[in-house]
Amino acid sequence: MANTAPESFKEMLRVAEVENIEDLFEQIPNEHKFTGTWNFEPQLSSEASIYRHLKDILRKNISAEDYLSFLGAGCWQHYVPAICDEMVTRTEFATPVWGTPSSDHGRNQVWFEFCSQLGELVGMEFVGLPLYSYGAAAGHAIRMAARINGRSKVLIPASLDPERAKVIKTYCGYKELSGYIEIVIVEMDAITGGIDLVDLNKKLDSSVTAIYFENPSYIGLLEENSQKISELAHEYGAEVIVGVDPISLGIISAPSDYGADIIVGTTQPLGVHMNAGGGVGGFIATRDDEKYAKEYPTLQVSLTETTIPGEMAFGLTLFEQSSYGSREHGKDWTGNSVYLWAVANATYMSLMGPEGFKEIGKTIIERSHYAAKKIGEIPGVSIRWPSGFFKEFVVNFAETKMKVAEINKKLLDYKIFGGKDLSIDFPDLGESALYCITEIHSQEDIDLLVTAIREVTQ
Amino acid sequence: MIKSKIRKYHAAVWDEPLVMQLSQSGRRGAYPPVTESGIKSLVGDVEDLIPKVLRRIKPIDLPEMSEFEVQRHYLHLSQQTLGMMGISLFGTCTMKYNPRVNERIAYQPFVTEMHPHQDTETMQGILEILYRFDSLLRELSGLSKFVFQAGGGADAAYIQATITRAYHASRGELSQRNEIITTAQAHPCNPATAAAAGFKIITLPLEEDGYPSIEALKAVVSNKTAALMVNNPDDIGIYNPHIHEWVKIVHSAGGLCFYDHANFNGVMTRVRAADLGFDACMFMLHKTFGGSKGGGGPAVGAYGCSEKLIPFLPGPTVEKNSAGNYYLKNEGEKSVGRVREFFGNVPVVLRAYSWTRFMGIEGLRDAANISVLANNYMEKRLLAIPGVTKGLPSLKKRRLEMTRYSLGELAAKTGVTCIDIQNRMTDFGVDAYWLSHEPWFIPEPFTPEAGELWSIEDIDYWIDVLEIVCTEARTNPELVKSSPHNQVVHRQGSINLNDPTRWATTWRAYQRKYKPAK
Repeated sequence: MANTAPESFKEMLRVAEVENIEDLFEQIPNEHKFTGTWNFEPQLSSEASIYRHLKDILRKNISAEDYLSFLGAGCWQHYVPAICDEMVTRTEFATPVWGTPSSDHGRNQVWFEFCSQLGELVGMEFVGLPLYSYGAAAGHAIRMAARINGRSKVLIPASLDPERAKVIKTYCGYKELSGYIEIVIVEMDAITGGIDLVDLNKKLDSSVTAIYFENPSYIGLLEENSQKISELAHEYGAEVIVGVDPISLGIISAPSDYGADIIVGTTQPLGVHMNAGGGVGGFIATRDDEKYAKEYPTLQVSLTETTIPGEMAFGLTLFEQSSYGSREHGKDWTGNSVYLWAVANATYMSLMGPEGFKEIGKTIIERSHYAAKKIGEIPGVSIRWPSGFFKEFVVNFAETKMKVAEINKKLLDYKIFGGKDLSIDFPDLGESALYCITEIHSQEDIDLLVTAIREVTQ
Repeated sequence: MIKSKIRKYHAAVWDEPLVMQLSQSGRRGAYPPVTESGIKSLVGDVEDLIPKVLRRIKPIDLPEMSEFEVQRHYLHLSQQTLGMMGISLFGTCTMKYNPRVNERIAYQPFVTEMHPHQDTETMQGILEILYRFDSLLRELSGLSKFVFQAGGGADAAYIQATITRAYHASRGELSQRNEIITTAQAHPCNPATAAAAGFKIITLPLEEDGYPSIEALKAVVSNKTAALMVNNPDDIGIYNPHIHEWVKIVHSAGGLCFYDHANFNGVMTRVRAADLGFDACMFMLHKTFGGSKGGGGPAVGAYGCSEKLIPFLPGPTVEKNSAGNYYLKNEGEKSVGRVREFFGNVPVVLRAYSWTRFMGIEGLRDAANISVLANNYMEKRLLAIPGVTKGLPSLKKRRLEMTRYSLGELAAKTGVTCIDIQNRMTDFGVDAYWLSHEPWFIPEPFTPEAGELWSIEDIDYWIDVLEIVCTEARTNPELVKSSPHNQVVHRQGSINLNDPTRWATTWRAYQRKYKPAK
């Protein structure tokens, strides 16, 4: 703090005409001021001491680089290219908040490039700035749908991530208050793991604001009936909201190709570290249609020109409908989000390009199917849905007579984080775990996993 | 009087095209790992692994570039961002130095490569940081428990709105208690999140003392009151001395009281939410506590509450057992569930913990003192500039860490607005000042906040630049109105971006709307 230097401090006191520091706080009644003693951890004023202190604490962690990790379930370990980290640690990007459109030009251009490239992947022309998370994006999208068609019932799949489902539930509100949206769960087709079309037909009617489903779903599966589900929903005038993992879109159809009206998803796989869950981010994309654009809760940057013809500028569009512009009359709310991750995302998408996305999609799906086949060969272990998935799949351990929790504990001895335990959230799946394989898992890694599972379950 | 030697400045101009325009067919920037032949031979053709109806056919029009070209492009864009490279006194955001050591720590695998579903035995370090920082915030607020799930200050206000719902629902009173009271000077996120949670909003206007009167509050408090959501001080440096009384009034009517501590910097170590009777408060870790801002997150709105509200907190919470081990406790039945997945932007909490330990309690007090002193120092010099007036001038007591000023007089005389001045100041490497939240009750407002970071020379420089530009406004208004002249680009043109045929949030939309022939 430069101004604690005695000369600076004195000069400020002199000019401010303050004799006693406490005079500066004359607005605060004395009885509001804390006069007790502090029970506070001691100051560590040296960078060397702080570094040592933090490192001593954090070394107690065992990371997914120390061990082999097969955890996904809403936060995925993909490789983060070095220049993604370089960009997000650039002081120009990492530390500011707002400037003017001219002084923020570079940053605004990155944001526009984030939206443009993501729009390419999902096949939509209107993309907002990022949201807090996949679940937050889905929650806002459902509320957009309700504002668009004035209905108040949303259908969501039984296979939804319980973590994400809780966020959506929060966004849908309470029936005692205004803006409440009833959540109705559509059953899972036990054979395919997808949405049960019979149940969907039963639950769809003209009171449904939207159906929300995902590709891939939480349990890893690609929804083969995506097109059919969209058509059914549209017959009843409902909006189709699809959640997507954009890293799959080099090989999987964009949701806009099978009828999605609003696309949401995660941005974390695109060049952002897991950060113990602190890397999550979300997005909303739609057709470039007023009907949707005017319901966005986010901020949006638009490409335009400066006062000099031909010179690129970026400006905010539809700012007035944000909570900054209209307080409680705005469309939901916005605020600080995960804009820095948009820098990583934009860098990642530019690096990958069309071929990179195709190749990463291919290598992931090949590796995950290899893993599933190999794991499925272990006695007592089966793959619940052995085909039709992307990077995650459900492994069932019922015949081993062991609990997933017990298996995962034992896998730690092999320096392996086993898949996410599904037994509590999805009791119908029995002792099952959700395994995640990405491009970072080599054949050797997968073989190690298979050997370890074989040994701990024998 | 100009005190500083004004430097020559011009922003970096690379005339950088869009990344999509840099594409050259066949270039590659990244190669994912090649699938081993052992894998390929077992799984067969990729096509067969994807349901036919979901195979991507449409080409993806992403840029094709080498890695170096991508790196250089984004580096150019970083250089075309002024950010904290000059002087930024952006009010309400408490611009701080973000110690670089935190980046060194936060980008190591023991943070970056941690998965939130790992066995908690393997994440003791992360959990310890969260737990210990919770303890520090408890001490600073007097409250009983903090959670970090909220992805920003607005998200923490949303936690409050959801906890208000759950609390009154648990008492069977939610249908009746559907009103949330706030003030015109509360940050917009308070009414906005409360409305999104389903509440009716009552906004009390400012009165002559700079805040709403007790009578105004009493007139709207009733058995419909669910909660009060306020900032204090607000973002013009005014502290409501009756706030304790306010809390009592709302409590006696059965409502909850939430303290939006977005403007905590000036009152750190002096005012504690619990001592004033509040049930809950929110701290901005990316602002007050030195976590980096990232141009708008990842951020953390640390939400803390009293014992009474702990059962309603979103889960999971970080706890410590008698053996000294940390664990994640799932939420109970009364909990609001989640506002966001997982337990928060951990790297931001880490930076905030580090910053707070750097400062220590004495350092926090020094920072508060310096922030308020710097603001009062600025005031003396700013009010000496012809055309600059103070918002709510009749209030004579010293403002806290921010003051809102008006350029209304200058604008009336010269036609030069606060936006024009803001743009012109960037020609000197001085980034935008904060204007005002909605609603504007001061004409042509600007709100600088010096905080504890900026040296007296930086502050003087900032004021000198403002003075120069105000002089220009009188002598050569066109120079200011047509500014900036030394920035990356000129000011936005006249195209109406709220016109659906003109806005373009993606390159594809732009090409369609502006180059129909192509």
